[in-house]
Amino acid sequence: MKVLVPVKRVVDYNVKVRVKSDQTGVDIANVKMSMNPFDEIAVEEATRLKENGTASEVIAVSCGVAQCQETLRTAMAIGADRGVLVQTDAELQPLAVAKLLKALVDKEQPQLVILGKQAIDDDANQTGQMLAALLDWPQATFANKVEIADGKATVTREVDGGLETVALKLPAIVTTDLRLNEPRYVTLPNIMKAKKKTLDTVTPQDLGVDPAPRLKTLKVTEPPARKAGIKVPDVATLVDKLKNEAKVV
Amino acid sequence: MTSLVIAEHDNAQLKGATLNTVAAAAKLGGDVHVLVAGGGAQAVAEQAARIAGVSKVLLADAPHLANGLAENLAAQVLAVAQAYSHILFPATASGKNVAPRVAAKLDVAQISDISAVDSADTFERPIYAGNAIATVQSSDAVKVITVRTTAFDAAAAQGGSAQVDTVAPVADSGLSSFVGREVAKSDRPELAGARAVVSGGRGLGSAENFKILDPLADKLGAALGASRAAVDAGYAPNDWQVGQTGKIVAPQLYVAVGISGAIQHLAGMKDSKVIVAINKDAEAPIFGVADYGLVGDLFTLVPELVSAL
Repeated sequence: MKVLVPVKRVVDYNVKVRVKSDQTGVDIANVKMSMNPFDEIAVEEATRLKENGTASEVIAVSCGVAQCQETLRTAMAIGADRGVLVQTDAELQPLAVAKLLKALVDKEQPQLVILGKQAIDDDANQTGQMLAALLDWPQATFANKVEIADGKATVTREVDGGLETVALKLPAIVTTDLRLNEPRYVTLPNIMKAKKKTLDTVTPQDLGVDPAPRLKTLKVTEPPARKAGIKVPDVATLVDKLKNEAKVV
Repeated sequence: MTSLVIAEHDNAQLKGATLNTVAAAAKLGGDVHVLVAGGGAQAVAEQAARIAGVSKVLLADAPHLANGLAENLAAQVLAVAQAYSHILFPATASGKNVAPRVAAKLDVAQISDISAVDSADTFERPIYAGNAIATVQSSDAVKVITVRTTAFDAAAAQGGSAQVDTVAPVADSGLSSFVGREVAKSDRPELAGARAVVSGGRGLGSAENFKILDPLADKLGAALGASRAAVDAGYAPNDWQVGQTGKIVAPQLYVAVGISGAIQHLAGMKDSKVIVAINKDAEAPIFGVADYGLVGDLFTLVPELVSAL
């Protein structure tokens, strides 16, 4: 079966972003970008499904600017067989991405789509669920373990208070949580090989999708700063402060 | 203008997150209705009817709604959605699972994890792990929203007297089925709603050492939390993780023990009222957000703190 893995190019998770002084957004000029960490886990899972013979082909997809090609090359270096870039300079929100992905799913007919549970830039946690809704497919979000057998995906999910397991009829949507797997490091030979793999580029118009944003961002501001704290010399002072100054114990 | 809050519950008890979500809905103005979809959840509907500010409760009761499967729950919400201008879910694992499915079916954008209501169509939400706050305006006919529960004070659980209307349950989608659940048993308060939280990080060194936090949590009546490093190392269970990708907490008191304070961890706790950090590295970023910092060996300081409290 085919597996489709959408990947997103985001500001690297180690970068502390700064809000622009005109409040139009965060400053991402000259900031290190990488693949969204949850998407790396998704590519790794798809690659493992291929390695154990469950998947026949893994297709990585990214939506956005031309530089998303780098993200797709990374996915191919991990193990994706080919890449598709839906290229647009427009601002893409989760509903638009879900519609673009639906158009690609209709075309490629995968049995499984594995996405990250959320992107660490917009923190939306929506795209996988929205894609499942648009396709009328079942979904298993926040996956901790995935088993594919007999036309079914059995997925253990991380939920508040513990774990739960659901069984989905294929085709289905899975979104990854942190502990699904440990993504492999890409090796130099695999980076070189990835350069030779196919990378197709399409546009939202080719797919017949209007990606216009539905939510208007009025402003982006700094979160309120915490007032500077103090270091206390010993436990006695700490307890005194908690009791008499902060009054929390 | 009427808002619909999707209740979170386990078919016997209404979860606290529902009360915070009702409070957010009340800020929109207009009536607030609550949908209880479950299996054998009559008692939950009665609890929902007593929440102050709720004017009507819809109860959809069927066995295939009992386990919160996204496919069935989303269909149930859609079955009643046309009467509402706003549909709100708590931003819990369950709410996040279902809300986008509802939004996509209605062909509207979803507004995730709102931290403030500016008006009926304008909301604030944190982005980039809480390092920026975006103010967003929705032009969609129906606003589908998930609510950051720690950003809204809970509505009173008593004082309301809403009527309970039974609505017809939707048919089972047949797309998915519930297999089982492993719920961690704990006598401690629930992490997301606790008044105090004691969290441990990599500095604890082992699952065995993590127990050093138990007496401290007992003394403070606190829930236990953990950093991702501690969870990944197997010192603490997954659902204790506090941070961008774990639980978001905002207790009165947050005690970070052996936690360096990575961006992703701070995203989950920096709205706590008072933060205490105990760490042997005086340069650890956690001291940048801590109200009170104690530099030293946690294995001596934690027991000392327990006996001093």
